[in-house]
Amino acid sequence: MARIYLDHAATTPVDPRVVKAMIPYLTGNFGNPSSIYQEGRAAKKAVEESREKVAEILGAADAREIIFTGSGSEANNLAIAEVAWAYRKRGNHIITSAIEHHAVLETCKALEKHGFTVTYLPVDEYGLVAPEAVREAITDRTILVSLMYANNEVGTIQPIVEISKTLQEKRVLFHTDAVQTVGSIPLHLKELGVDLLSLSAHKFYGPKGTGALYVKKGTRLHRLIHGGAQERRLRAGTENVAGIVGMAKALELAVAGLEETVPRLVELRDYFISQLVSRIDHVKLNGHPTRRLPGNINVSFEFVEGESILLNLDRKGVAASSGSACTSGSLDPSHVLLAMGLSHETAHGSLRLTLGKENTKEQLDYVLGILEETITRLREISPLYLGQTAERRI
Amino acid sequence: MYTEAVMDHFFNPRNAGELVNADGVGEAGNPVCGDIMRIYLKIEDDKIVDIKFKTFGCGAAIATSSILTELVKGKSIAEAEKITNKAVAEALGGLPPQKMHCSNLAADAFHKALAAYRKNRHKSAPAVPAFG
Ligand SMILES: Cc1ncc(COP(=O)(O)O)c(C=O)c1O
Ligand code: FES
Repeated sequence: MARIYLDHAATTPVDPRVVKAMIPYLTGNFGNPSSIYQEGRAAKKAVEESREKVAEILGAADAREIIFTGSGSEANNLAIAEVAWAYRKRGNHIITSAIEHHAVLETCKALEKHGFTVTYLPVDEYGLVAPEAVREAITDRTILVSLMYANNEVGTIQPIVEISKTLQEKRVLFHTDAVQTVGSIPLHLKELGVDLLSLSAHKFYGPKGTGALYVKKGTRLHRLIHGGAQERRLRAGTENVAGIVGMAKALELAVAGLEETVPRLVELRDYFISQLVSRIDHVKLNGHPTRRLPGNINVSFEFVEGESILLNLDRKGVAASSGSACTSGSLDPSHVLLAMGLSHETAHGSLRLTLGKENTKEQLDYVLGILEETITRLREISPLYLGQTAERRI
Repeated sequence: MYTEAVMDHFFNPRNAGELVNADGVGEAGNPVCGDIMRIYLKIEDDKIVDIKFKTFGCGAAIATSSILTELVKGKSIAEAEKITNKAVAEALGGLPPQKMHCSNLAADAFHKALAAYRKNRHKSAPAVPAFG
């Protein structure tokens, strides 16, 4: 049986049409965009056309508002650290949430070592940040609010528009990590009202190692990488021309396909969740029932541990992930699940399946069968499980 | 990341289950990640005649429980008692460094089961001869 890939939040396969668009820039058109001769000019043109395409699709006012980076993580670093330093004279306070990606959390932690203070807003049981809480956390020292648009683990979609409205008359910048959102649900910068937005190509069928940061005109940033004058002097380095071309093409294809993929994935997702809950006892859905990314399924099976579920799935040809402590190198359970108030044990039995455009209902039916079998088997050897109706003993 | 032996014991655990009239039961919890393991012993003439385990934990935790039961089953208490975490991990061809702590569970639970057996035996031995 062919492998069934259900980890699209981790990464996606590159669309063959994207590969096709990239190949000329890895072969014949290999010029350096900074060179003035024909090969260089051709490469420069490809980069700038891609920038225009990305700007237009996202709804930016000007192509110069798009800065290409080497990853989504880099875009987050640029947005947070380099804004913080550029506005250091105005203040030293940053607001973010407890469920951000490590690229945001670790950047904030690094800034805390340099005299910045950071507020990590809590989330409710669904992983939602309260817009009023953001507003209330603002002080006259606040320079930046950074909140993810959609969470990579539980798929919860934050009320970004509402939050940006509450920030309107405040003198703070608003960054959103939209790495999981761009290409997954419709998004338009004009409606969002953010000053900075991060994206990453490998999450929407583009190449790995290519990201971008939208920077609204007038927003100041310090340089992230010193060297040449590329990317408005913010990020030196010869451009990843093929990657940039690939990202623009992938974005174009992903956004054009949203009308078809969103309802299809929502239907598959909800079908899977309802089947799972009716076929297996002691299962809990993590995250919000409706305010969630179309392809995100995150559940906890009580009395079993995530890594042992993943190993069983992998053997049966299914790729997925878990927030269990046993699967993380640090042996800490998912900070997202804990912030949502889940117990250690519930986080332990968590399983994340993230669907993509190539997944089918037949595949999900197969996975449901495998899961039923796996969970039953693992519970049989679990000291915590005493059968269908039993309560936990420990 | 796991050896073939770990995968084999994980997918085909030996001696998984419970013993209803166990002579000793031991339980160990893993403070690092929160996992739990329980060992059941049946002992006759100072020999481990049967052993079963139940484990809530990762692949390494289940595999170490399984191999531990194989390593001690049929052995005398004196011999079985010598089992260490290191021996358990070695019998599996090694464990990834971040998973070494999982092997502690199995040996700990086993030693606790032995201690429980000794305590039980002590208690059930009549304090005064039955027919004075
Ligand atoms: C929400 C979120 N932010 C940032 C990143 C980092 O993106 P990249 O892998 O391109 O560095 C990811 C993906 O891993 C993500 O899910
Ligand atoms: S028991 Fe948790 S990492 Fe092995």
